Order: sequence, then C-alpha cells, then structure tokens
Amino acid sequence: MTITGLFSQLLQVVVALALAPLLIGWVNQCRAWLSNRRAPPITLPYRTIRKLFTKDAVVADNASPIFRITPYVVFGAMCCAAAIVPSLATTLPFASAADAIALVGLFALARVFIALAAMDIGTSFGSLGARREMFIGFLAEPALLMVLFTASLISGSTSLATIVDTLAHRELGIYPSLAFAGVAFTMVSLAENARIPIDNPATHLELTMIHEAMVLEYSARHLALLEWASWLKLFNYSCIGLALFVPFGIASGTGWTELLAAAPALIGKLAIGGALLALIETLSAKLRVFRAPEFLGTAFMLAVLAMLVNLLLGS
Amino acid sequence: MQALPLSSQLINLFASVLLLLAFAMLAQRRVVSLIGLFATQGLVLSLSTAVVAWSTSQPHLYESAGLTLLLKVIVLPWLLYRLVRKLDVRWEFEGLINIPTTMLIGIVLVVFSFNLALPISQLASTVTRSTLGIAMASVMLSFLMMITRRKAIPQVIGFLAMENGLFFAATSATYGMPMVVELGIALDVLVGMLILGVFFFQIREQFDSLDLKHLEKLKEGE
Amino acid sequence: MSPAPLALIGFAAAAWLAIGAAGLIRPRSLRAVRTLFSLGSVLGVAIAVVACVALAGSPESAVLPLGLPDLPFHLRVDALSAFFLLLLGSATAAISLFSAGYFRSGSGTAPGLICFQYHAFVAAMVLVLIADDAYVFMVAWETMALASYFLVTTDHRIPEIRRAGFLYLLIAHVGAIAILLCFGVLQGGHGDYTFAAMRSITLPGWWGSAAFFLALTGFGAKAGVLPLHVWLPEAHPAAPSPVSALMSGVMLKTAIYGLLRVTFDLLGAQLWWWGAIALALGLVSALFGVIFAAAQTDMKRLLAYSSIENIGILVAAMGLVILFKTNAKPLLAAIALAALLYHALNHAMFKSLLFLATGSVLHATKERSLGKLGGLIHRMPWVAWLALAGTLASAGLPPLNGFVSEWLLLQAFLFTPTLPQSFINMLVPLAAAALVLAVALAGYVMVKFYGVIFLGRPREPSLAYAQDAGGFERAGLVALAAACVLLGIFPATVLAAIDHVTSLLVGSQASGGDTSWLLLAPLGAERSSYSPLIVLGAIVGAVLITIQLVHRMWHGRVRRAPAWDCGFPLQTPRMQDTAEGFGQPIRQVFEPFFRIERHLPSPFDAKPRYSVVASDHWWHWLYLPIARAAEAVARLFGLIQRGRISVYLTYSFVTLLALLLFVL
Repeated sequence: MTITGLFSQLLQVVVALALAPLLIGWVNQCRAWLSNRRAPPITLPYRTIRKLFTKDAVVADNASPIFRITPYVVFGAMCCAAAIVPSLATTLPFASAADAIALVGLFALARVFIALAAMDIGTSFGSLGARREMFIGFLAEPALLMVLFTASLISGSTSLATIVDTLAHRELGIYPSLAFAGVAFTMVSLAENARIPIDNPATHLELTMIHEAMVLEYSARHLALLEWASWLKLFNYSCIGLALFVPFGIASGTGWTELLAAAPALIGKLAIGGALLALIETLSAKLRVFRAPEFLGTAFMLAVLAMLVNLLLGS
Repeated sequence: MQALPLSSQLINLFASVLLLLAFAMLAQRRVVSLIGLFATQGLVLSLSTAVVAWSTSQPHLYESAGLTLLLKVIVLPWLLYRLVRKLDVRWEFEGLINIPTTMLIGIVLVVFSFNLALPISQLASTVTRSTLGIAMASVMLSFLMMITRRKAIPQVIGFLAMENGLFFAATSATYGMPMVVELGIALDVLVGMLILGVFFFQIREQFDSLDLKHLEKLKEGE
Repeated sequence: MSPAPLALIGFAAAAWLAIGAAGLIRPRSLRAVRTLFSLGSVLGVAIAVVACVALAGSPESAVLPLGLPDLPFHLRVDALSAFFLLLLGSATAAISLFSAGYFRSGSGTAPGLICFQYHAFVAAMVLVLIADDAYVFMVAWETMALASYFLVTTDHRIPEIRRAGFLYLLIAHVGAIAILLCFGVLQGGHGDYTFAAMRSITLPGWWGSAAFFLALTGFGAKAGVLPLHVWLPEAHPAAPSPVSALMSGVMLKTAIYGLLRVTFDLLGAQLWWWGAIALALGLVSALFGVIFAAAQTDMKRLLAYSSIENIGILVAAMGLVILFKTNAKPLLAAIALAALLYHALNHAMFKSLLFLATGSVLHATKERSLGKLGGLIHRMPWVAWLALAGTLASAGLPPLNGFVSEWLLLQAFLFTPTLPQSFINMLVPLAAAALVLAVALAGYVMVKFYGVIFLGRPREPSLAYAQDAGGFERAGLVALAAACVLLGIFPATVLAAIDHVTSLLVGSQASGGDTSWLLLAPLGAERSSYSPLIVLGAIVGAVLITIQLVHRMWHGRVRRAPAWDCGFPLQTPRMQDTAEGFGQPIRQVFEPFFRIERHLPSPFDAKPRYSVVASDHWWHWLYLPIARAAEAVARLFGLIQRGRISVYLTYSFVTLLALLLFVL
C-alpha cells in the first residue's frame, strides 16, 4: 500500500461525503422542475445538516444505547461502502478488503441496525417501519446480489475493481444480459433508497412511510448522521450503477492526473443519473406496500434472467 | 473478449427483448396493456426478421418482415382493441395462479427450454442459432399464459403470442419458412381471430360473461 | 513423546462419564452440581485443545477390548473427527459453564440426575465421533439419542413435553434404522463391520446410491432435514435451554459428521446426481426453515426453525461438494467443503449463544412467548448485548462469523458454470438465488427475535422485575460471543485448520490463492477477496472518528424526553408490533407454505379474541396419514385380541404346529 494509494482512497471517501448531499439536492431540484414547482436551492441538504448538528439532541426516555450508537454505525458502514465502490478509480487499496458480496453485507448491516434502533423506542410507528424495511430488504438484497453475480459471471470475479476494469475495457457492443441486469438494478435501487414506487421520501403519512417511520424518533446530530448516511447510500448505489453499466471515464490508476480527469466524468454521469431518477419518480405512482413483493420479485426475476441469458448467448 | 458482429448483437438484443416481453405478458393484469405488449412483440419480431434479412441478404425475409408488421402490429392489435372496447372488458382480475408463482414457473420453463435448445443450436449453422432457446422459451411462456388465464381474450392473445414465438424460432433456426407457408399461416391467424371474435360475442350472449369457467357447465353428466 | 491424542480424548470422555456419575451421589445438592459442571467445562476445553493437535496429526486408531466377545471397539481419530471434536469441545465448554449457573432444583428432574444425563450425552457424542466400526457407532448413537430424550423430558410432568419427547424418540429411531441399514449395505456382504473394511470395498452402482440415500434419511432425521424435521421445533422448546443449545449446536452436527463420513470416506466413489438431490433438498429445507421461523411466536421454536434453515444450508453445501468432486474440480470442492465445515462451527457457536440467552430470559421472566416480552435490554444488559453478537452472526452480517461461511459458499456457487451437466449449470443460479433469499430472510427473523425480546417497551408489567444472568451464565455467554467475533475476524486461521479435513476428503486445500492471515482470497485476489479485520477496523475507525468530530465541532448535549406520541397521548406498550404482527408480511407473501387457521371475532362478541395459528403442511400431508395407517393396522391386529386365555393358548398351539410342520 503506497501513500498515494492511501491518499486517493481517502480522497474518494471525502468526495463521496461531499457530493452525496449535492446529488440529493440536484434530484430534489429536478423533481421540483418536473412537477412545475419552484425548486429549493441545490445546497439545501448542506444547510439542513448544519442546522441539525447545532441543535440539542432529544432522545426518548426509554432509549437504550443501541438507539444512540446506530446513527454512527450506519454512517460508518456507508463510509466503508463509499470506500469500496469504485466511483473515481478502480485500483484502490481498500477495494481488496471487501468484494461485491461484502458490500451487500455492509448494506445489510446498516439496515439491521437501523431496524433495531427503530424498534428500540417501542412506539407503533417504529416497529411498523422496521417491519416494512426488513420486508423490503429481504426481497431487495437477493435481487441486488443477482445483479452483481451477473456482472461477476461476465468478468469471472466478485471483486468490484476487477469487474469494473473488465467491463470498462472491452469492445463496445450490445450486451442483453447487462441490459436486463441494468433494469433490475434500477428497480432495486429505487426500493433500497426509499424512492417513489416503494416509499415516498417526502411524506409522513402513516400508511405509506417506511424509512421516515424508522427515523421518526431521531433528532439533531443523530438525525443529521442518518440523513447523511441515506444520501450516501443513494450516492453509493448510483456509483455502483454507473460503474457497472456506464464504466467509461473511470480512472484505472491512482495518479493525480487520472483522478482529476475522472472527477468531471463522474459528476457529469451523476447529474444525468440524478435527472433520470427524478424523471422516474415523477412519472410513477407509489405502490401499495403489498405490491412491493411483485415489484421486487420482478427485479429478482430480471436479474436471474440476466444470468440465464448470459449463459445462453454468452454476452 | 471477442465481440460478435453487429447484426448478431442486434438479433441477440431483440431475442432478449422478446423474452422480456413474454414475461411482461405473463405478469400483466390489464387487457389493454396486454394488447400493447403483443403489438410491441410483433414490432420486435419484424425488426429482427429485417435484421436477419439484411445480414444474410435474403430478400424474401424483408417481405415476411413487412407482413409481420402489417398483420401483427397493426391489424390484429386493432381488431383486438375494438373487440375489447365493444365487449367492455378492460380489466382482468386474478389469474388461476398468483403472479410470483407464475413467474417462478416461467423461469423454470426458461431453464428447461434453454437446455433443450443447446444441442439443437449446436447443430444449426445460422448466425441466429443461439436465439433458438429464447424462441422456445417464448413459446412455452405463451403457453403458460394461456393456461393461467381465466378470461377468453387473454387466452387468445396468448395463442397469438405463441405463434409469434414459433415464427421467431423458424427465423432463427432456418432463416424463415417458405413464403407460401408464411402467407398461409398469416391468413389462418387472421381468420381464426375473426372467428374467435364472433365466438366471444356468442359466449357473452350465452353466459353474460367472458369468464371461461362458465364453459365448465357445458360438460356432460351434470 | 507426548501421549497420543486418541487416548487423551478417550480419557476425557471417560472422565465426563465419571463426572456424570458423581452427580448421582448427591442429586439435590446445587453446590456439588455447580462444581461438576465447571469441571466438565474444563474437560471441554481440554478436548478442544487435543482436537487441535489431532487435526494436524496423522490418523490414529486403537482397538479396545470392550464390548461383546469377538466384537471389540474400534476407535480412530482423523482430521474429520478431530474437527468435529474441536466443535464439540469448544461449544460444550461454554455450555457447561453456563449450565453450572443454570440448573436449579424445580419440579422436574433433580439437578444431579440432569448432570448425569448431560455428561452421558456429551460422552456419547465423543464416542460417535471417534467410532471406527458400525457397532460402536450405533451403540454411541443410541446412547446419545436416549440421553438426549431424557434431557428433553426434564419437565416430564407437563404433557406437551412428554409428547414432544416421544415424537423425538420416534423419529430418532426411524433414523437409526435407516443408518443401520446403511451400514448393512456398506459392508457389502462380507460381514465385516469395521469402517476400515467398508473403505476398502467399492460398492457396485445402485448399492452405493442405496447406501447414500439411507444415510441421507438416517442422518437427515437427526439433523432435521425436510421432511423429517417435525421433532425439532417440538423438542427444542421442551428441553431446558442448555440442552437445546447442546442439541442444536452440537448434536445436529454429529449427524452432519455422519453424513460426511459415509459419503466421502466410507463410500469410495460418489455420483453427481446425489449432489443435485442433496442441493435441492438442502435449499428447500433452508427456505422452509427460515420462512417458518419468521412466523413463530415462541422464542425457542423460532430458533429451532432457524436451526432447520442452517442445517439446510449445510446439506446444500454438501450437495455442491459432491457435484464438484465428481466433476474433478477439487479446488472448488474444497472451498464448498470448507464453507460447510466453517458454517457448522459458526452455527454451533451462535445458535448455542442464542439458545442460552433464551434460557436466561426464561429464568428471569418465566415467559417463552415473544408476545409477552420486550425491553429486556434495560433489565438484562449483559444477556442483551451478548445476544446481539449472536443475532448479528446468525443474520450473516459482516464482520461476524456467519458472513464468512456464507461468503465462501457463494464463492463456490458463483464459479460453478464450468460443470459439464448443462441443466445443473443453469439451475445453479436459481440455487444461488434461493440461498441468498434464505440468508436475507434470516436477517428478518433475527431482527424480529432480538427486537421483540430485548428492545422496545416491556409488554407485561412483571418484566420490570427481571434479573440479569448470574456469573456462570455470563461467563458461558461471553465465551460464545467471543468465539463468534474471533471466528469472524480471523477466517484464514480457521481455514488453515479446515484444510486438513478438505485435503483428507476431497484432496485439495481451500486456503490457497492469495490467502494470508489478513486476507481471505481462496481463488486469488483478482477473483475475490475479503478481509474482515480491515472491514471491522474501518467501521470502528469511522464510528470513532465521527463521534469525535461531531462532539468536538459541535457539542454532545442530549436531552431526555418522552417518546413522541403523534398527538395521541394514550400510547401503551401493547401498540408495539407483536411477534405475529412482525411476521405477518412473511405469512402473507408465503401463504401457500403455511396451513393457517384464523379465528376472527364476530361484531357481537363481548370479549373479542383474534387468533391465528400457522402450522406445518407436512403434519397433514405425511405424518397424520402415516399415523392413521398405523392405527388402522393396529386395529386389524386388535381383531385377534379376544381377551380369553384359551384363545391365546390356541394361537400359541397353532403357531407351534405350523413351525413344526415348516421346520421338519
């Protein structure tokens, strides 16, 4: 492990931390434009975080230490994930510590902790949110793994760095299996990041909320960390999607110039991806909670089909 | 990694889209959307036939592509749509088996037909041979759709989709059937559709519904 | 020269028996029992240490002049038995330590008698693992079954527990018959029942398959593989918690040991389709187990179903090993086998931990039903925090141990598409999907288990008086929790030990590639790698840095206030999700799996009650028809029962005449 390697690793995490609120701000702005509303400023998420950090935390009387440690664990897990996901460069020193399966494991760790914390206070909303979150999670997690497996079948590896390297350096062509996997991945990302067909991030209506129900009891710095972690999760998912399906412009070394060249490409791709996300959210309606298994089952099926098509057609 | 020629890539893509459409039809509850999906399937089919014609320079395939476009993208969907409007059956409720289970059976069928097609496609020498498995899978999925639906119109759409799959299989295995056969099939399908349309009206006259479970009353001994 | 491991293990087993016998001297003295269990725990550690030595050594056998004339006991220790002895020793050490503080005199069996049964049980398991002929194996196997039966029926005054014990004994014997027949097939008509003789003959085609499927039935009945699983969710809740832990953590593994012994050691050659069947059976068991676990409302039943899931994963892994081995892919076979053994070890640790934790909860609250617990993390912090380790491990989360074996198994699955059987090639993605689904559902189950018992608010007022576990209990729990963490973060060390077994059974090592003490990369770092220590370090580092930064840059002020009531001031603990409520989505999605009996109150009920019972289809499809058939046959035989002495004498006389006619 070299100093530059370590440095570029840290740089990637810092870039992820810095860009994640910007991404969510951009998505919210696009959504506002698409629905003919006046858009909030793109820097609103930064201001929200700052505001929350300065406030006094209010914790419920019967909260256990699990409740208080969870924001930090979730945030830490998402930072780790940001270090693994190839967003700027592929050959990062930390990448060999965890492959695609471990990445899914990290997401699951964050999910389990946040669900436990939601059950900790003992209100009806908390346990409702925890139940729904785990319900979505057990369907989304296999689908996500199947998508990653399709990519690893193509590249013969589960290491994200190798997968992205292989995908980035092959001839341009149409790969139906990747197209299937791409659709499946989009559906899983929508579900996992509490976006519209499954969950509505802007509502506090008891019948519909999932993520918001779990973080209802949090305030101040705890809430700030959880929100930031959820934005980071969206950022990570976007970067996985970009690295798998449009891997162009990603740096394969860790030199200064390469990283500098990769940054505009990343920002450009994220801007387009965010706009597309806003478009999808504007066009679709929220599903009933019990339609969610069908939605995610379809994603799962598409991912399995991607693997089968890959075996049959070899592409 | 060695990339395939563009035409093969396109055909593979169309084949995959056909498979996807077959699954989408399996999962679709609304009759109108089902007709849309059927029309899309026809479009993809005619495009892929055109690509095969272009890559192997066989002009008669252009004609069959045109025929597919005319019949399966324009005439039949229009007929079906009119029928649905007249009969006023926009919704289909739950099928015989719930949708996730149907999908699961569908995946098993896909595995089955892919394996069945592997030895055959190794014998064939066409550029499109690897898509034979997908063609077979679409036929089987359409069959499954016919089995799991209760109402008459989705069953007919399933039947037509099955014909699409067979057509695709013929294109991918032997570069299409002779023109005479193709024309004959096209005519059969068209006439069959018209007759079935008449049948629907009769069924509804008789039972006040298009639910095929009423036909069970027709069996003897009750 | 140091004494031979086999002799030491034999002595340890004998010492366990002696400890058990000592318990009978003063069966009601708690202090004596406490001392004896602690001594047993020390012996467990000793066995684990000796097994570590034996694991690296060469196989060693001995003949004891015990047993029947001309039928001496053959004993043997090789890497496979040493690995399972290690599992047994380490798990038993912790469970015995816990038991020292657990058993008290109650209405059931006296503590001293329990001590005897307990130690006879573990000694029998040791004997199963070191047996080298069918005779010793069966003797030990039956002793194990009987001892555990008596342990299960400790509270024999309760009719349900007697019923559960009977069911357990019944299925154990069905399994034992299958194992006996399996050995009968394996000796191949030579009449020599030593394992050495069985190894030397190659069975012709169908006989080999017959032996394999008899073994799968027999050992499957003990392990709880579908459809012979019904005893498990009955017996585990009935038994005292340390016994449940021992049965689930260790005894189920002896069945896996037997299966591996027969399949890879005694049967020289395997056929690939055995692997396909084992894979399918295992995955079905895993999914079934975890779906039922999600619907349970009794905490020990929930864990029992979760054991069915884990055993299913082990059997599926074994199927994969057979597939790879028969297709001449020793490296992949070694990885799948390593995943199997690793998972067996992990399951022994985390499942024992969770069962023991339920024991502490049961002692403190007298409640087993999840619907009457809640909020125990405030009353029982030790148990709660230690159980958290087991919960996370069981949910298969990094960086704990459950994840490592899952990771290894997925690696094995992922590189299958090189098999010559094209059907299997295409079904393997589906199998991998099923496995992942089972693991993801395990996360759901574990959140339910932990959240409903330890988090939230107490659902009953009596829970406010719950006491945390005592010193011995804590020590046992700490040992198991530490094992879960250590097994999770030093996988390469464990794999190095497992390598001895894999090179014995499939002739290749699993820790090849770029594996070092820090990094797990059995196929080379290019293809896949995982380093739990670095992941753990990164998470802990990130958490600490975040805490520091947040507190330095802003402030760490915290205000306590009542939970927000959404403007509805009458919030009660009963408004939290119950166990039924938490499992409801699973019940709805997987409805065909269950046989659901719902009782809805009518609008006019003065005291409305809602109840829903989700039971097992297998009872109605398989067991009740068999029971009915058995009853019908019995009734037929009942016809010849006339109750008059002269009729019976006539029967005897006719029999005598017939025999004379037949023989002469």
